Amino acid sequence: MAEKIYSTKLQDTAERNVFVMFVMLLVLLSVGGLVEIVPLFYLDDTMENNKHPEIVWQSHGKPISVANFKVGDSITWKPGDGVRPYTALELAGRDIYQREGCYLCHSQMIRPFRDEKERYGHYSLAAESMYDHPFQWGSKRTGPDLARVGGKYSNEWHYQHLKAPRSVVPESVMPNYPWLFTQTVDGKELKKHMEGLRMVGVPYTDADIAAAAKVDGKREIDAVVAYLQVLGTMVNFKEGVDYRE
Amino acid sequence: MEETKYDFDVVRWFTIMAVVYLVVGTLVGVFIASELAWPALNMDIAEITFGRLRPLHTNAVIFAFGGCALFATSFYAVQRTGNTSLWSPKMAWFTFWGWNLIIVAAVITLPLGITQSKEYAELEWPIDLAIAVVWLSWGLNFIMTIAKRKTSHIYVANWFFMGMFVMITYLHVVNSLAIPVGLWKSYSIFSGVQDAMIQWWWGHNAVGFYLTAGFLGMMYYFVPKQANRPVFSYRLSVLHFWALMFGYVWLGAHHLQYTALPDWTGSLGAAVSLAMIIPSWGGAINGMMTLSGAWDKLRTDYILRFLIMSLAFYAMSTFEGPVMSSKTVNALSHYTDWTIGHVHSGALGWVGMVAAGSLYHLVEKLWNTRMYSAKLVNTHFWTATIGTVVYITAMWVSGIMQGLMWRDYDEFGTLTYTFAESVAAMHPYYAMRAIGGAIYWLGGVIMLYNVIMTVRQAAAQRSTAAARA
Repeated sequence: MAEKIYSTKLQDTAERNVFVMFVMLLVLLSVGGLVEIVPLFYLDDTMENNKHPEIVWQSHGKPISVANFKVGDSITWKPGDGVRPYTALELAGRDIYQREGCYLCHSQMIRPFRDEKERYGHYSLAAESMYDHPFQWGSKRTGPDLARVGGKYSNEWHYQHLKAPRSVVPESVMPNYPWLFTQTVDGKELKKHMEGLRMVGVPYTDADIAAAAKVDGKREIDAVVAYLQVLGTMVNFKEGVDYRE
Repeated sequence: MEETKYDFDVVRWFTIMAVVYLVVGTLVGVFIASELAWPALNMDIAEITFGRLRPLHTNAVIFAFGGCALFATSFYAVQRTGNTSLWSPKMAWFTFWGWNLIIVAAVITLPLGITQSKEYAELEWPIDLAIAVVWLSWGLNFIMTIAKRKTSHIYVANWFFMGMFVMITYLHVVNSLAIPVGLWKSYSIFSGVQDAMIQWWWGHNAVGFYLTAGFLGMMYYFVPKQANRPVFSYRLSVLHFWALMFGYVWLGAHHLQYTALPDWTGSLGAAVSLAMIIPSWGGAINGMMTLSGAWDKLRTDYILRFLIMSLAFYAMSTFEGPVMSSKTVNALSHYTDWTIGHVHSGALGWVGMVAAGSLYHLVEKLWNTRMYSAKLVNTHFWTATIGTVVYITAMWVSGIMQGLMWRDYDEFGTLTYTFAESVAAMHPYYAMRAIGGAIYWLGGVIMLYNVIMTVRQAAAQRSTAAARA
């Protein structure tokens, strides 16, 4: 009886030999991931900047140095110039955004629907998060989307809102973040963070990374607000241009 | 025939820790649910804010509770179905201590804000490395135990455990690839859209393989055992297994529909999601029909009730999932509480209940006694069922309401509601969800009490027996 095969020969072999089943699983389980993930690294349609190069800032080796930006200054980035890496202060803010788990209640991904356009702005592009390691698109909107929150509120509003959200939005269920006003940014750590990001492909210049030292000792709240204020402001969207079909 | 000596000590410890983590993990869940209903509970303490405790809740229930339940049941089932002891009992103890140390590390680091900020993969790189080592120690031990089995064929439960092992290894390794920039900080080597796809390939398959395939392994062993009948259909098991293994991997993309992920990827994910209803229901039917001819047992066997109710929730949430991944529904449901409700109908209803049923069965076998109180098993059953239903109903209502409020227009063609108004409208449902969760948690406490009393009772019986001898 033990020799009788109740299914196909292959199935029977797999059921008798654990290593055959193991190898079958190795192969079968890799298919879906390979098909869905690998093309995203090389298909031109994935990143909009292949068709619309102007949405990504071309530094040509120049530093971002937004902090020192003066009107009329042509060698640095200004809002609308295209997607660029975060400055030292913004990155410090982003680290805090990650630390506090903001992404668990706030998405950064606007979908191409009429209501989302009116509520949050132009739909998000893949290129806009090309320097985001890791992505912060989120999956839940317990609070509103933040993909284009930059410039919507004043810095003062953000300070008040992060200190005591319900003092400006009575319905809010967000925690207070008073410790952001007393804790400070560590410039040395931040420098290491920027060097790490450069290693995974973010085009920081030496000058960009050197700027981390200047951020040392700044309050965390200033970093968070700098990050929030740049979100969604990098690309200058042109009327009537379809960035994704 | 020579009697097999099984290695059950490590299984006993995993069993007890699973019940402990069930209570702890759901308690954290009830607390963070309450924070959303009553934000004053954040108390201006960084370590207990929602954003820092939510990863602790998910990690505690998935990896602490789910992990211990999976290790206990897989180490038990693989020995019993193979009529053999473990390949390496020492390595099994390494898995036990390693896994529990990882859980301690999670409890310390997550409230401190040490996180990779990828959902269900928040733990930082040193802990990720430890997870990989401990996970491989379990997998190797499991597979080698199958290899030294004394039976001719590998039992179906073990196929599922093995599928889980392979896929979770792939997922954990790829999704956790990161560049360390300090002992407790790293950045994903992927960015933006690619990182998003890889994260949800992980995210959905943590559900699909850890919480589904692994727990189906549990189902295939413990349902027939508790019902004392063979699995309904062998052919259906084969079909269920291979279709589930092949199909689940593709589903992650449905989390990213209408985002900046290319349309083809999201649609592909949604299409396969729709097809997945077939193997999922095949499995649910296979489990339930195992009871055919023995349905009367449900009246008296409370452990069996857990197992069958879990299959009902499994069937329900594997129907809901494909519906939610269809584009029209997803446009409404994405970003809302409906997703949270869906996860919990699977997590509380399916995972929690099939594990509870299996663990009760294990406790009786491992300590060679009956449960201290069958009545309390029944009380747990009803608290778990009612808690789950209250929870998911609250989330259905709040989720659909959110979705409708956000897209509502008045007669002048402007948005009817501000976002803040939609937040205010959620309050009663958030309160209701916290209550549902608390009821479920209470069931866990009852289970822990019952298990402790059962173990003590067994110890007392042993000493009396020894005294008599």
